Amino acid sequence: MTSTVPDTDQAPAPALRGPVARPGSRLLHRMVWLRLSLLLSAPLAWMVLVYVVALAALLITSLWSVDSLSSEIDRTWTLDNFRTLIENEVYRNVTVRTIGVALAVTVIDVAIALPIAFYMAKVATPRARRMLVVAVLTPLWASYLVKVFSWRVVLSEGGLAEWTGLGSPGYGLTAVVITQSYLWLPYVILPIFAALERVPDSLLEAAGDLGAPGSMVLRSIVMPLLVPGIVAGAIFSFSLTMGDYITVNIVGGANQMLGNLVFVNAGAANNLPLAAAIAMIPIVVMLVLLTAIRRTGALENI
Amino acid sequence: MKTPFRRGRVAVACLSLLSVSALAACGSSDDDKKTDAVEELGKSEGQVSILAWPGYVEDGSNDPAVDWVSAFEKDSGCEVTSKVYGTSDEALNLAKSGEYDVIAASGDLSLRLIASDEAQAINTDLVPNYENVFDFLKDTEWNSLDGKNYGVPHGYGANLLMYNKKNFDTAPTSWGAVFDKAELEKNKGKVTAYDSPIYIADAALYLMKTQPDLGIENPYALDEDQLAAASALLKEQRQYVGEYWSDYLKEIQAFETGDSVVGTTWQVIKNNVTNKDVDVTLPTEGATAWNDTWMLSSQSENPNCAYKWMDYILSPKANAQATEYFGEAPNSPEACAQTTDPKHCDTFHAGDEEYAKQLWFWRTPIKECLDGRTDVECTDYAQWTQAWTEIKG
Repeated sequence: MTSTVPDTDQAPAPALRGPVARPGSRLLHRMVWLRLSLLLSAPLAWMVLVYVVALAALLITSLWSVDSLSSEIDRTWTLDNFRTLIENEVYRNVTVRTIGVALAVTVIDVAIALPIAFYMAKVATPRARRMLVVAVLTPLWASYLVKVFSWRVVLSEGGLAEWTGLGSPGYGLTAVVITQSYLWLPYVILPIFAALERVPDSLLEAAGDLGAPGSMVLRSIVMPLLVPGIVAGAIFSFSLTMGDYITVNIVGGANQMLGNLVFVNAGAANNLPLAAAIAMIPIVVMLVLLTAIRRTGALENI
Repeated sequence: MKTPFRRGRVAVACLSLLSVSALAACGSSDDDKKTDAVEELGKSEGQVSILAWPGYVEDGSNDPAVDWVSAFEKDSGCEVTSKVYGTSDEALNLAKSGEYDVIAASGDLSLRLIASDEAQAINTDLVPNYENVFDFLKDTEWNSLDGKNYGVPHGYGANLLMYNKKNFDTAPTSWGAVFDKAELEKNKGKVTAYDSPIYIADAALYLMKTQPDLGIENPYALDEDQLAAASALLKEQRQYVGEYWSDYLKEIQAFETGDSVVGTTWQVIKNNVTNKDVDVTLPTEGATAWNDTWMLSSQSENPNCAYKWMDYILSPKANAQATEYFGEAPNSPEACAQTTDPKHCDTFHAGDEEYAKQLWFWRTPIKECLDGRTDVECTDYAQWTQAWTEIKG
């Protein structure tokens, strides 16, 4: 707390024009903690309820088990669900597959987003830039399901992918990667675009004036300013892919990802504890990833 | 640095305590559940709440031409509120809330409702239209227990084999088309299957006919070895499966385009495929099937209106409308006479007892073997789910 509480005035105050401060305002002015807690209590309560309690409930549920016939939840503590996850090969395979798909989607999206964002931020005229921003945002107006089903039609036998002569990979993991890359691309372009826009042209000009070659400008000026944007975009595409189960259901052929296992256990098998345990996997993966990213310091500038 | 950390830990501990108690509070409250049948009906309560599959309780709000609820409301004076569900497991959870008077349950749900005391026995004398119902649908193992009747039949349909004629020289007559390796090889990547643990029963049915040494008597009563055999068969099939379906629109489209050329299906799906090369058959081994029952909740607060609804939906006109809209066989010859498509009952083989004998209606696999074996423990639905996860890999 640095000198927020003002001392009593020494000089006579100038004539007040407005009404004298009301007692409530005066109280709040004096009590910093009261002001703060009133201001923060609503959002904090929301945060706690929606995030922390939900996560705690998830963790606790995953330590329970379920009675198979009456499907009542048995509230005795057990690590059985986690034992199942570790001992069963299928969960390892699905986890690896899910992470693999998420990584592929992220790499593809960043690779596509970088040139597009660069063109939008640094090359295009202001008019073209506005048009491009609108063009990038437009797909977000269409329903997710419509987009995924369109991809199903495009990739189907005799569909658009075959007409164009490119050939269709058929339904499967490749189709999932293509569809997810398409779905999450705007979420990757926008943060990179925003980061690039923040790179002042004057810096680039100054570097040029001082004789820095293009590669050096890129390495020592653009990249450091750009990394937070890339990281933000990558986190979006990675985490959105990790949690998705509808796309793989529609274009994934016979494959399943972590989200499908959660869905099957929560929706069909009525085994909420196991579903909760499976849901912990992507959470742990994301936590590990975020910690690793934080170590590199890339989160500080987001 | 130290204090906030510790304080944070205390906060987390408090929060977890809070959430435990919150969750525990949601636990069961075993109050007045009436599982015995009523002797006579009383005065109408003026309302009834129904839980059913989509398409079973239509009041014209989805399609103005599809409405059999309004007529009931007018005649009986009972106002209908309804909720639809997507899976039998979802329905079980909803039924437990006690907010529904009548539940339309498939065979994989009805026994679970009875076992968890959620169903009230039915006095069929109070349902006049019950006597019209086909006899082979009455007092079956999925709607009655220990001589007590827990529900009235709605309609039924089979899981058939659908195939594209272009990919078969001769029309397939056996489930071998989707389970035999040599047959599968011809359609690699274009085979489809129903995406639910209950599909294991289809494999078990095939094994029952082709590998008698396994000793499978009932595809819903599998001991561990038999489940392992069925899983192995399905894992082999998995190599050839293009995709699994649970959304019937997805299967329609896949057969339309040719992404799938052979696999399990429902009659209503075949009716919606416009591709002339696609046909269905009931294979010689028989098939798994569903058979739906209207059940009364043990927590029902409106039993009189509930009985009125059951009687109404069993009446020929309403039953014909509902089963024709959904695409399944009606429950009585009188209903067959009322369908708008005169050939509806032929298409769905309604009342054809020989046809129905080839069907194994969905039931819930439980630890006590459904086929009466007592020397072994059977695998339950949770184990089937686990097996299904492993099959898909």
